[in-house]
Amino acid sequence: MKRLEGKVVFSGIAIGKISIMKKENQSVRRWKVDDIEAEKARVDEAKEQAIGELKKLYEKAVQEVGESGAAIFEVHQMMLEDEGYLESIDNIIETESVNAEYAVASTADNFAAMFSAMEDEYMSARAADIKDISERVIRVLMGKGESGLDGNEPVIVVAEDLAPSETVQLDKSKVLAFVTKYGSSNSHTAILARTMNIPALINVGYDEGIDGKMGIVDGKEGILIVEPNEEVLERYRAAKEEELKKKEMLKELKGKPTVTKSGREMKLYANIGSISDVATVLQNDAGGIGLFRSEFVYLEKSDYPTEEEQFQIYKQVAQNMAGKKVIIRTLDIGADKQVDYFNMDKEENPAMGYRAIRICLDRTDIFKTQLRALFRASAYGKISIMYPMIISVKEVKQIKAIVAEIKAGLDREGIPYGEVEQGIMIETPAAAMISDLLAKEVDFFSIGTNDLTQYTLAIDRQNAKLDNIYDSHHEAVLRMIQMVVDNAHKEGIWAGICGELGADMTLTEKFVKMGVDELSVSPTFILPIRKIIREME
Amino acid sequence: MVSFQYVVKDEQGIHARPAGLLVKAIAGLSSKVTIKKGEKAANGKMILAVMSLSVKCGEEITVEVEGDNAEADAATVKTFLEENL
Repeated sequence: MKRLEGKVVFSGIAIGKISIMKKENQSVRRWKVDDIEAEKARVDEAKEQAIGELKKLYEKAVQEVGESGAAIFEVHQMMLEDEGYLESIDNIIETESVNAEYAVASTADNFAAMFSAMEDEYMSARAADIKDISERVIRVLMGKGESGLDGNEPVIVVAEDLAPSETVQLDKSKVLAFVTKYGSSNSHTAILARTMNIPALINVGYDEGIDGKMGIVDGKEGILIVEPNEEVLERYRAAKEEELKKKEMLKELKGKPTVTKSGREMKLYANIGSISDVATVLQNDAGGIGLFRSEFVYLEKSDYPTEEEQFQIYKQVAQNMAGKKVIIRTLDIGADKQVDYFNMDKEENPAMGYRAIRICLDRTDIFKTQLRALFRASAYGKISIMYPMIISVKEVKQIKAIVAEIKAGLDREGIPYGEVEQGIMIETPAAAMISDLLAKEVDFFSIGTNDLTQYTLAIDRQNAKLDNIYDSHHEAVLRMIQMVVDNAHKEGIWAGICGELGADMTLTEKFVKMGVDELSVSPTFILPIRKIIREME
Repeated sequence: MVSFQYVVKDEQGIHARPAGLLVKAIAGLSSKVTIKKGEKAANGKMILAVMSLSVKCGEEITVEVEGDNAEADAATVKTFLEENL
């Protein structure tokens, strides 16, 4: 038994035979030709056939990964029709009196070298495209068919790297998982694995000897196990079984509305703490993101993140969610979340101290940078902004004044932004008590039950001695939630729950009855909760 | 000859897909279209040449249009750039 480590691009478990996809060795021979025109005609014919193949691949890819993922094949077609590329091939045939295969290969080398030399990372990656299209033409010239998987048994596909054209060509019913030595998390293979819902690993160093052997891909730990023993195999079979059950549920509930039998619809969103969670959000079919903790943007850095850095992150999330709502909570540090470069003083009682919106309204430079990034990103999707730790109407008015300033600045500079819903977290008893007043000022409420419970019950959650009296179902908390929901509805705004209580399945039915409009939970809870809601009256 | 300047606003610059669209738009025109960035020039109908200019966000390009229909074709290219890049 051997364990090979790699990086996970999509999770899941696959058990089956390993099949190494070898690139066909297309060593190109050079020979003299007499009939130059005939050789040029061969290139022309091969090019046409290659374009025909790419057209088919494009259509297949549109089905499998959508139009934007398939666009690369359209670009490949255009590259093959590029005059410069074709002229170079003809030119080599003419001046050197050589065969078409050789002329295509050297042209490919020249162009690839030109792109590789570019400093722009994106452009240097285009060298691989040139090689890919040229290999296709050479293969056609040599009269070989398209490569693919032999045999009928589904396998774990292992390769050095997979070009888009190679992955799309594969018969998907025969692929259990992808494992590559190179590649990136944003590669075509990764997108495909995600859409196919099968595990994929990259950066796995393997040797040719594993070909044909039994293997397990653990897309959670990021390992490929070769020739597992019976015990390990048994363990993974059980885990796989469990996963299948989940997938069944996924199939059954995915794409279905979260609605009770009597027709009440509930918004079911996901909580995320990092951009890498977005894949899981989509996989579990959340209606949107109900809480994006923007702290991680700050925690991962050793200095204040710039507007541009933040903009790129928020934009990417908005775009990946493709029109679904993304509620981003502004910076919530302090208390148990500390960031070195903020240089904050030690506090006796940080939970009630200098944190979250209190920092933002004090150090407005930090706040403004984040708001500008958020508003700019709102041009690329449906972004809402949520402010944490509110205790007064005054704070909300201060925020609104700053927001107005940010918008005016963007207008002046002609930078576009979308319509942004703005809401607040209700996580202090004060906010709950004056929720009638706050509701007049904002577009939505999201109840943060963790802090609300700790403040309402006056119980420090970090103190283990108090565990026995910490009651998350305390009537005081539930009444407060009811009050917040009612006050929201009176002003025609919506109210949701994004704390841990939202994922408490013993309360789901109660929340629906209380009139809660939205629940935002960890991605893995989405479908189980949808199931409960769909089964209630 | 008609020529104009344009500053690319697309975050990623003229990368593969937009380059493809741009070349497609220009290929349909009767004029000869040259795209220049600094000293480098590319035939606007050739994708590899356009890509090799490696135009990034915020960089200025000069577009030169030659032919009987230069005025109208230049306007077409300009509109395309404004809408897509």
